[in-house]
Amino acid sequence: MLDVKNLTFKVNENGIERSIVKNISFQVDDGEMLVITGPNGGGKSSLAKVLMGIEEADSGQIILDGEDISSYDINQRANAGIGFAFQQPPRFKGMTVIRLLSLAAGRELTKPECCRMLSAVGLCANEYITREVDATLSGGEMKRLEIATVLAKTHKLCIFDEPEAGIDLWSFSMLVQQFEAIHEKKEQSLILISHQERIIQMADRIMVIEDGRINQIGAAKDVLPGLMNTADSLACLKRNTSVEN
Amino acid sequence: MTLDEITQKILKQIDEKGFEQSGAFNLRHNGTSLCHGDSEHIKIKKKEDKPGIDVYIDGDTKGEQVHIPVVVDASGMTDVVYNDFYIAKGADVTIIAGCGIHNSGCNESRHDGIHSFHVSDGANVRYEEKHYGEGEGTGARVLNPVTNIYMEENAVFTLDTAQIKGVDSTERETNISIGKGSKLYVVEKLMTHGDQMAVSNMEVQLNGEGSSAQIISRSVAKGCSKQVFHPKAVGNAGCHAHVQCDSIIMGHAQVSSIPEINAKHLDAAIIHEAAIGRINDEQLIKLRTMGMTEEEAESVIIDNFLN
Repeated sequence: MLDVKNLTFKVNENGIERSIVKNISFQVDDGEMLVITGPNGGGKSSLAKVLMGIEEADSGQIILDGEDISSYDINQRANAGIGFAFQQPPRFKGMTVIRLLSLAAGRELTKPECCRMLSAVGLCANEYITREVDATLSGGEMKRLEIATVLAKTHKLCIFDEPEAGIDLWSFSMLVQQFEAIHEKKEQSLILISHQERIIQMADRIMVIEDGRINQIGAAKDVLPGLMNTADSLACLKRNTSVEN
Repeated sequence: MTLDEITQKILKQIDEKGFEQSGAFNLRHNGTSLCHGDSEHIKIKKKEDKPGIDVYIDGDTKGEQVHIPVVVDASGMTDVVYNDFYIAKGADVTIIAGCGIHNSGCNESRHDGIHSFHVSDGANVRYEEKHYGEGEGTGARVLNPVTNIYMEENAVFTLDTAQIKGVDSTERETNISIGKGSKLYVVEKLMTHGDQMAVSNMEVQLNGEGSSAQIISRSVAKGCSKQVFHPKAVGNAGCHAHVQCDSIIMGHAQVSSIPEINAKHLDAAIIHEAAIGRINDEQLIKLRTMGMTEEEAESVIIDNFLN
């Protein structure tokens, strides 16, 4: 389904070139859930943005369902079947929640449809439909709405960048159930960037990224025990399991 | 009466609720009243001393609409009109105005509409005004509206104005006085492009105890156009006012926002917020991750911002 080959991404900081993603290769199978974890600043979010086309890779290849999408821009990758949930979603003055979800779904949603999508991410449906996606929504509400925009449509591959960040525990449980339900159907492949133990435990496979490189990749049952037993990794996990904003 | 194609087209642009020659209505076309009608509770009378109409809305009016559109399609014409509205105690009415200019010539076409609203106790008025310009001519399309609103006690007035497109120059003057317990809601939407110029001056005097005003202005300036906003809120009594001006600037456009808030009473609470900025890259990227091109995303952001 997704085949990433020798992906490299560099940034130029004050004239000095720095590699953020270093020659990374991996695959994601149909219906598979891959959780990417690792220390902050290791290149996880950058990798996700390169996959979506938000950042441009310096070299490497990205193949989705046999189609080389390496040269595609953001919207072409979206139309090829990739959905993306941002860690910090933008706000839209004047745009209502139902309008944003309709745009995400690619069709006009009815109020009941919109309600179901909002309920699935722990938002009190009716109350939110006509709200503006502006500063009147809290960070946690924005985050849940962001996840709903990706769930509004069936994609070949959904990428969620730290979906747990800024979400209260009750909503987080609902979110975990959502991911489990999607995973069970096996209709969409999932890449979740997360430090959250419950999310990591749901994975088919876990990929640990450190300093722009794949440190470990393998079945959850093989990687997770080592991850939990590694003092540094454990400290990293504990540091980041708390709900952030 | 059968209306010509240009008039029908312009009416569709400026009267979203749909202009019909029934109920209370008055269609002004190139400086004269083309057709008009009264309803049981709303009477429209032609002024004797100057161009324009007096509209009398009685207290038994409940949820009725009055349509008073203006169409100018004669190039080189300057049309000045004075319309006065007398809204009786307890009336509930929606007034749909608006002006569209079709200029196919090389001379300036201009409409200055001076509207005054006398709002009695407890009345609820919604006033919608859309401005629009079109035509293949090189002559300018100019609209200079003046809106005066006098609110007595416990009234509600919603002023919803929009300049859609095609107006080369506009200077809007709005003067409002608000009595005890009355509430004012203003939504001003404006889009300019090319070399267009738009100036909006608004002065709101909150004169009565417990009066309030919420003013939201949203604009998009494209091309080399220029916009100037000068909203002024004056609290002369215990009152609340919130003025919010947001503008999106594009290309080589210029936007000036000059807020003025003035409290003349200890219990006057007045807030002003103003922001001018380009379209946020993160907004564009988010919409592009939904499959839109950059141009489509930009259009969606602007449409919703001005919604």
